[in-house]
Amino acid sequence: MMQLRNVAKTIRSKNAGVDLVTFDIIFPDLDTYKMVCESMALTPEAVARLYNVDESQIVEFVNFDPAHAIKFTLRRAFPSGSAGDPDIFGSQQYAPLLEVEIPDSTNHHGDKPRN
Amino acid sequence: MKLLSTNGHLGFAPLRPDSFHRGLAELPDVIAADSGSSDVGASPLALDYSTSPLAWQRSDLEQMLLAARQLGVPMIIGSAGDSGANSRVDLYVKLIKEIAEEHQLPEFTVGYFYSEVPQELLAARLRDGTVMPGLDGRAPLSVEDLDVTDRVVAVAGVHPFIELLDMGADVIIGGRCSDSAIFAAPAIRAGFEEASSYHLGKLLECASFCAEPYGGKESVLGTITNEDIKVKAMHPDQMCTVASVSSHAMYERSNPYYENVLGGQLDMSNCLYEQFDERTTRVTGAVFTPTDPLMVKLEGAGRVGARYIGFAGIRDPYTIEHIDAVIAWSRAEVVKAFGEAGYSLKFHRYGIDGVMGPWEPHPVPGHEVGLVVEAVAPTDDAAEAICMTATRQLFYARLPAVKGTAGSVAFLFDEVLRAKPACSWTLNHLMPVEDPLELFPIHTTHAGVSPRGLEGSR
Repeated sequence: MMQLRNVAKTIRSKNAGVDLVTFDIIFPDLDTYKMVCESMALTPEAVARLYNVDESQIVEFVNFDPAHAIKFTLRRAFPSGSAGDPDIFGSQQYAPLLEVEIPDSTNHHGDKPRN
Repeated sequence: MKLLSTNGHLGFAPLRPDSFHRGLAELPDVIAADSGSSDVGASPLALDYSTSPLAWQRSDLEQMLLAARQLGVPMIIGSAGDSGANSRVDLYVKLIKEIAEEHQLPEFTVGYFYSEVPQELLAARLRDGTVMPGLDGRAPLSVEDLDVTDRVVAVAGVHPFIELLDMGADVIIGGRCSDSAIFAAPAIRAGFEEASSYHLGKLLECASFCAEPYGGKESVLGTITNEDIKVKAMHPDQMCTVASVSSHAMYERSNPYYENVLGGQLDMSNCLYEQFDERTTRVTGAVFTPTDPLMVKLEGAGRVGARYIGFAGIRDPYTIEHIDAVIAWSRAEVVKAFGEAGYSLKFHRYGIDGVMGPWEPHPVPGHEVGLVVEAVAPTDDAAEAICMTATRQLFYARLPAVKGTAGSVAFLFDEVLRAKPACSWTLNHLMPVEDPLELFPIHTTHAGVSPRGLEGSR
């Protein structure tokens, strides 16, 4: 078992307009990207569970091949910068993704020995 | 055509001169920058101010203006001063005139346009039965939305920029607009196809955020031809790679494939990204589809109330374990004194879920916890009193088995601090328009020294 932070190049979150926060998980190469996609460790269901939100709050979930990236977008409870909003840029909401466990069963792309 | 993007948010932090000068050495045909952002919250739009020091705005404008006048190419700024409100456009036009006079620049034409939308106009459209759809899950615009709004800007497309270039503007200061339009406008006007023009604008709007390694505020050069667009990092240690450019397509947007602007939708889903040389990536394949009817995006913000902030720290593990009871005590004391409604009171629990709130999957305290008390109320006096009551009563929270009986929390200081008023984004909607220029009045003026040298700027 390894964690997302060991295989992703970039894991970030940021406002996408005033009502949404978008999350980008970018992988260093096609093989790693495909391995994580196929592992099903990151799916709308998994994200909803991790962030304790209803799946209907996930407004986009995209596997973005050109950038070897998985991207999803959550609807905020209230607009960014409203009284009570603790993260007006949405820039620290990615942290729970770092420790998402990636099952190691799918090593059939095979060129990267695990450590 | 070559376009130099100098700063992804002019004014928020100064541009970096080294990559800027390398960019100028490439002899760009346009020097441009986006100066806007909704990331900074609703306050700049609601209260009509800029978030950063005037000196930073002036310094970037000065460097860009001197270079643009020397090269004899247009300088284009969009979404002036964070919000793109009218006062921010006027401020930037004034700064351009001051800088031109200070450097005795030969006379040139400044074009500018406004983006504020009078609320009476929106109210009248609602009365006419016009439906203005909400974006990102919001309901259509209502009178109630307008009631809590202090200022509205519409997001312009390329049209006012093109119009002003046609009128001979050497410098353009734009109100609120789409980031991509700032760069797409001169390219479209020069005859390049809309799809690649908008896509180049999309890639350039954040300057070096489309390059790697990470480093903001460095200049980036975009080139458009009839065949392709290319983006090249100007900082010698940065590169525009297939990875950095394609991943920028995702940045700050919910969907990486589509970008909506006034007049159409840019579709990037079939784009091909290729490494052209070490520091340059070539992109092809964007498609632009015009939309009918024309829909313009509206951004609105309103003042919610006066805001005060208090701080308290907790170290006793028993008290941390009973943090909910401590907060409940404080809140109950506030309710006793001020009632249950007419204000908002929030306890941010740093060390538990202060950063993520209900999204926090691991709300487990560490060995100490920081509480930030945020009170918002109609008046300054009320917000201060509520914040002071809530913060002070944390100190007196009654826990049955606490060993420390001389105060339940540690105060960083025994006062509460006045913050700027709390504001909120009240409008994120679309409005149908007949003419893409109808909400964006355009003007020209002159700056610099007239040929006779007798007049200063007018």
